[in-house]
Amino acid sequence: MSHPKAASQFLKDHANSLWHDETLWMVREKRDAISKTIPEWEELRNLASQIKDKVLSNLDVYLENFEANAQKNGIKVHWAKDAAEHNQIVLGILREKNCQAIVKSKSILTEECHLNPYLEKNGVEVVDTDLGERIVQFLQQPPSHIVMPAIHLKKRDISALFHEKLQTEKGNEDPSYLTNAARLHLRKKFLGSKVAITGVNFGVAETGEFVVCTNEGNADMGVHLADVHIACMGIEKIIPRRKDLGVFLRLLARSATGQPITNYNSHFRSPAKGKEIHLVLVDNGRSLQLAREKFRNSLKCIRCGACMNTCPIYRRSGGYSYGSTVPGPIGSILSPGLDMKKYSTLPFASTLCGSCSDVCPVKINIHEQLYEWRQEITKHHGEFGKGLSMKLASGIFKSPLAYKISGSTMRKAIKLLPKGLIYNPLNVWGKNRDLPEAPKESFQEWYKKNRG
Amino acid sequence: MSSRENILKAIRGIQRERKELPTLPDFKLEGDLVDLFIRAIQANKGEVMGEEEFNNWVSSCDFHSIISLSEPFQSLSTFELPEDPHHLNHLQLAIIQGQFGVAENGAIWLNDSQLPHRVLPFITEHLVIVLSKENLVDTLHQAYERIGEEHSGFGLFVAGPSKTADIEQSLVVGAHGAKSLRVVLM
Repeated sequence: MSHPKAASQFLKDHANSLWHDETLWMVREKRDAISKTIPEWEELRNLASQIKDKVLSNLDVYLENFEANAQKNGIKVHWAKDAAEHNQIVLGILREKNCQAIVKSKSILTEECHLNPYLEKNGVEVVDTDLGERIVQFLQQPPSHIVMPAIHLKKRDISALFHEKLQTEKGNEDPSYLTNAARLHLRKKFLGSKVAITGVNFGVAETGEFVVCTNEGNADMGVHLADVHIACMGIEKIIPRRKDLGVFLRLLARSATGQPITNYNSHFRSPAKGKEIHLVLVDNGRSLQLAREKFRNSLKCIRCGACMNTCPIYRRSGGYSYGSTVPGPIGSILSPGLDMKKYSTLPFASTLCGSCSDVCPVKINIHEQLYEWRQEITKHHGEFGKGLSMKLASGIFKSPLAYKISGSTMRKAIKLLPKGLIYNPLNVWGKNRDLPEAPKESFQEWYKKNRG
Repeated sequence: MSSRENILKAIRGIQRERKELPTLPDFKLEGDLVDLFIRAIQANKGEVMGEEEFNNWVSSCDFHSIISLSEPFQSLSTFELPEDPHHLNHLQLAIIQGQFGVAENGAIWLNDSQLPHRVLPFITEHLVIVLSKENLVDTLHQAYERIGEEHSGFGLFVAGPSKTADIEQSLVVGAHGAKSLRVVLM
């Protein structure tokens, strides 16, 4: 489904979409407030961006160092070229351990690889243990936000869901009560799992350790009680030095939720006695994105979600309108790299206001890359069977004369055309929008008269 | 060719400009570290107290299972450290000695030498960390400087109790892990 179509479904519930918009804006404001308490904030962003520049320019060497050091520490390292291989590796480890039920903490990478349905198809019970992820898993939905997976739901929805799944009192919507019910339910799962899966926030090349950040403590509850820890990591999550963590951990939680640090920041270097750590390094399109010079910087992303919270389109259209694992502005520059045809409408789901680039802790030029993807997609629009309006626009923008003529025609048309012609279902931008008053003359005409 | 070789070969084949790693400045804080640390812990929904206040709190709670690994409070232990960490499931209180704290965000560093079971600070119902006022650093930059090349299988910055805001952004303390964090500053 295209982004505008999916967004219009989200907007049908006006009260909910308004709440979504305002709540994410509140998170954005918390990020602003805390960033202003750090005098060196902009310097930190620059440093983070420079460190990631170095990582991307030297990724092969860092990956080899990381692997060698991790192996020295007793971690088993696996490499997966794509999602399918990643899933096979994980299943292989589970089969070897004769394990039919696992707990998993938040990992956008395993979402990207669609690990859960794969394991379930192969007879493994998967329990997502982050509260928001457990909620959406009960509903058989993917997360709608990478940091706040259930931000699209209201407590009445969760109350009804928990009544059905966890036998909580009907109509009890108290978040503390509902969270405690999930705590009791998940505690049993933690105690009973032999294998736990986590994502990775940062992998340190110089030490071979990796860092996982949570507020709930769910990643640690899972891995320290299990015999085997499987950590799934995108190859771009490497940082060179341990001390670089100082820069990234100062930026991550402040950018994500406006808190100074996540309450748990676990550094895994070697397995505890008698236990195993497996680390799966996943490419799945990342080396292809690295080769695209214009879009290379998108691999700097540390998945804080700040660009989503600030984006006027994301806030008003919801995470599901993007139809990609990573939604929002960063998702709209990553996803077309995975499948340009499938995600062809995403780079257009932006006003190009640039707010995403302004808040990005690693200074990815997100809005410029959105614009670049539009050019790429427009070049291919014939193949994608784009609508007439885009073809027309493309023709008009290519020729200065056509642009001039169409401008004067439109200025007249806005006044004369019946509303029904503009607010028609073919013109998605007409929805919930009023047309501006048409100026009498074009800027060019005005300039000639007044300044020429 | 293995996937490892394929991935590395693909990356090596991409022409990239050489970049340099930046030198990291030694960013510090302005103000009293103890004050800043206390405020940071409170913002993370933890509490900071002195020795006397802590003793009063413990005796008022009537805990029946306590593991204390902090020298000054060793006598509070009522529960022997089990071989199998699953047996910590009903532990009510763990008292752990912290290595050092970070004033900018309240994070306290622990590693395998403080954690005979890595799950201890998570699985316990309430967590107390004992910390010396002498052992506070300004920011995470000084923290990693201090950790240096220390080699531990597991290291943890813990900055507060387990918490979540996944239900309508309402903050709830005590998601899966410890329902409270108290820091005893000595």
